[in-house]
Amino acid sequence: MAGSPAIVDFRLDNGLSVVVIPDHRAPVVTHMVWYRNGSADDPPGKSGIAHFLEHLMFKGTQAHPQGQFSDVVAELGGQENAFTGNDYTAYFQRVAKEHLGVMMEFEADRMTGLVLTDEIVAPERDVVMEERRMHCDADPGAQLNEAVQAALYTHHPYGVPIIGWSHEIEGLNRVDALAYYHRFYTPENAILIVAGDVEAEEVRALAEASYGKIKPRGEPPQRNRPQEPAAVARRLVTLNDEKVEQPSWQRCYIAPSSRTAEPGEAEALEVLAHLLGGGQTSLLYRSLVLDQKIAVVAGAHYMGTALDETRFFLYAMPNPGVTMEALDTAIDRVIAKFIADGVDAAALERAKTRLVADAIYAQDSQAMLARWYGSALATGLSMEDIRQWPARIEAVDPTAILAAATQHLDRRKAVTGHLLPLEEPVAA
Amino acid sequence: MNAPIAKPTATRAVNVQQIETPRGVKAWLVEDYAVPLLSLEFAFKGGSAQDPPGKPGAATMLAALLDEGAGPLDSQAFQQALDEKAIEISFNCDRDYVGGRMRTLIRNVERASELLRLAVNEPRFDEAPITRVREQLSAGLRNEANDPGSLAGRTWRARSFPGHPYGAPPNGTLESLPKIERADLVALGRNLITRGALHIGIVGAIDAARAAKLIDAVFADLPASGVLADVAEAPFGGIGTIETIDLDVPQSTIRFGRPSLARHDPDYMASVLLAHILGGGTGLSSRLFREVREKRGLAYSVSTSVSTLDHASFLHGGTSTKNERAKESLDVIAAEILDLSRNGPTEEELDKGKKYLIGSYPLRFDTSAKIAGQLVHIQMDGFGPEWLVERNRLIEAVTMADARRIAKVLFGDGAVSVAIVGRPVGL
Repeated sequence: MAGSPAIVDFRLDNGLSVVVIPDHRAPVVTHMVWYRNGSADDPPGKSGIAHFLEHLMFKGTQAHPQGQFSDVVAELGGQENAFTGNDYTAYFQRVAKEHLGVMMEFEADRMTGLVLTDEIVAPERDVVMEERRMHCDADPGAQLNEAVQAALYTHHPYGVPIIGWSHEIEGLNRVDALAYYHRFYTPENAILIVAGDVEAEEVRALAEASYGKIKPRGEPPQRNRPQEPAAVARRLVTLNDEKVEQPSWQRCYIAPSSRTAEPGEAEALEVLAHLLGGGQTSLLYRSLVLDQKIAVVAGAHYMGTALDETRFFLYAMPNPGVTMEALDTAIDRVIAKFIADGVDAAALERAKTRLVADAIYAQDSQAMLARWYGSALATGLSMEDIRQWPARIEAVDPTAILAAATQHLDRRKAVTGHLLPLEEPVAA
Repeated sequence: MNAPIAKPTATRAVNVQQIETPRGVKAWLVEDYAVPLLSLEFAFKGGSAQDPPGKPGAATMLAALLDEGAGPLDSQAFQQALDEKAIEISFNCDRDYVGGRMRTLIRNVERASELLRLAVNEPRFDEAPITRVREQLSAGLRNEANDPGSLAGRTWRARSFPGHPYGAPPNGTLESLPKIERADLVALGRNLITRGALHIGIVGAIDAARAAKLIDAVFADLPASGVLADVAEAPFGGIGTIETIDLDVPQSTIRFGRPSLARHDPDYMASVLLAHILGGGTGLSSRLFREVREKRGLAYSVSTSVSTLDHASFLHGGTSTKNERAKESLDVIAAEILDLSRNGPTEEELDKGKKYLIGSYPLRFDTSAKIAGQLVHIQMDGFGPEWLVERNRLIEAVTMADARRIAKVLFGDGAVSVAIVGRPVGL
């Protein structure tokens, strides 16, 4: 992640964290507020409440009734939206820089001033149900992803979909939303990120005049999540659906996150993911796609940004006629061979070059930088952690990579997912 | 608080330099030294609309193979050379053009341009990557075969542009891909990848002299022109009818549209504004967002926009709503279209729409790659750099009389061509 020295952070008296990322190339700003709570903080039985509240946050306040904030953003030629993750909920606007103060006034206002009625809540719940139908219920691939996560996390709430389970979304109401809102939407729990054509001192003055007026609650809300027990059983989840014409394969391992890992471990997992499955020169692609020709695509991904134990993904799509079992075996062999042969020095160099270059490429996009800082800080990392990231990637050595592979690519800690067409009926 | 006034904001791309290289290749350049990188975007006019008869998918396959081995480097050697310096080179294919992009740290610009020169001038089209890319495209087709959004889009295009290349699938079909052979790709490449069809946008830490040298090295040796098939103006079909594709899913995915104004029509910007008022923007303030989503909870997303291709212009939109309420959603959408046609927008809608479209323009220029892409598209649309200022002036100049007049043209009697995937009730 980029470590530009011009990036400044400070805290307001009421506990609000502030990060300023100057980018003077265009007279625009990206204004984001991140709350350190996400779907994993949904109370039991209320899955989807973090996401539902994110929708409801657009419904207006005492001072600014429904639609006013969005109307002003649109009139200023701004863009706005919001998103909910496992560990955070974030709201943003992108506007010409002279409108930053106005955005702050509105955003600060809805940190405490939300007004909800049943008349507003009910149709919005229907909207969320349509969102779920659109993204999950009509897509067997998305349904398998949900089933894999639910199997991987037997106890920790990362196993519950961010949008929630249908039968629980249906029961969410105004009281649930407001209870969740009052618990988490506080200055101590929020991170303000401003990226763009601004300096830290102007941001500080504007933030004090808006967010600074919000009364502190005394201390940030606690996130009390049940943690996952040690996994001992390899699991297979299979979804057969008549809509599937192209099968696909995935495996998901529980792995430490940037926050929970030992020093250097998350960086080793990042490099490991790149070596195994980062693009066309990676081991999985070369072995499965180029050499054996049993897959059309194969890769790996490490989701380091998470508050709790996170996920390391492998995925592949088979060529016609190739079974899931053949992919299982081939992928296990690639991993075993990698551990036996050790790390190729040139490949390691290429992986590091790529990962460190990404930090420079990211400086070209203020919106991306704002997202990276926000997601890192909201999942428990420090500014120093972010700044040091390129240096720590450079420092990863083969021993650490092999240790990470040996320890974490353990099938007892993994769920394998198979997406398949309907099975032919088998004669009894 | 009072709503503040949006002021016109200069974009950094206003400082565009039009350069012509010593060997006569033209490009638009924005010098920017804030970040040590270079973004180069380019496009060759003529895309999947040039697919040979019976071989849809050929141009897409061509684009996918340009970074799969060139000159002395086979596919794996080429990809490894990119990786060694974290250089990004990729190609894509649209209906009217084959596009390409390169991104590199400025310290590696020599190596990057050498690799791009190879890809553009000496693609190998080795049999192994041809087979692999064909399999990958086929897997993609199977993967989206029953995806409601893709299926609805395919169905809508096929019925709206019957018998025209725009109605054909740009990624081909499971039947057409196996028929596309190396000779097809070589021939198509010879005719599509030419200097005469080329538009270039370049943004980054580079001055005009060095940029010209790079561009000459990469592009100057290409053939001057190729033979392109004549593409007819696409007639718009399916107006006033609905085609339903049965799929066992709880939601109906709907695509709709009708013809609109051509890119160089003097009232084109009025049509953009009206499509925005109906269902555009970031989606949180349009008519359809209000009526379909906010008031009735019928859908998560609903949107409309106008698109212009070289040989067709159309208004199109989409939404997804539960099967039981599909008819209600379509009725609400139809009523809003008809209302806009009959009565035009309100003063407030017109004013807000203009402010949004004008004020949000700089957001299209906030990364080097986005600026370079905008420069290429403005050139392909046939405008000069003055468009960067002219565009907002034209939006500002749209009067209520213009809006009412164009609303009648754009929305007409409200009839649209509709494709639905799902099990809609009551239609």
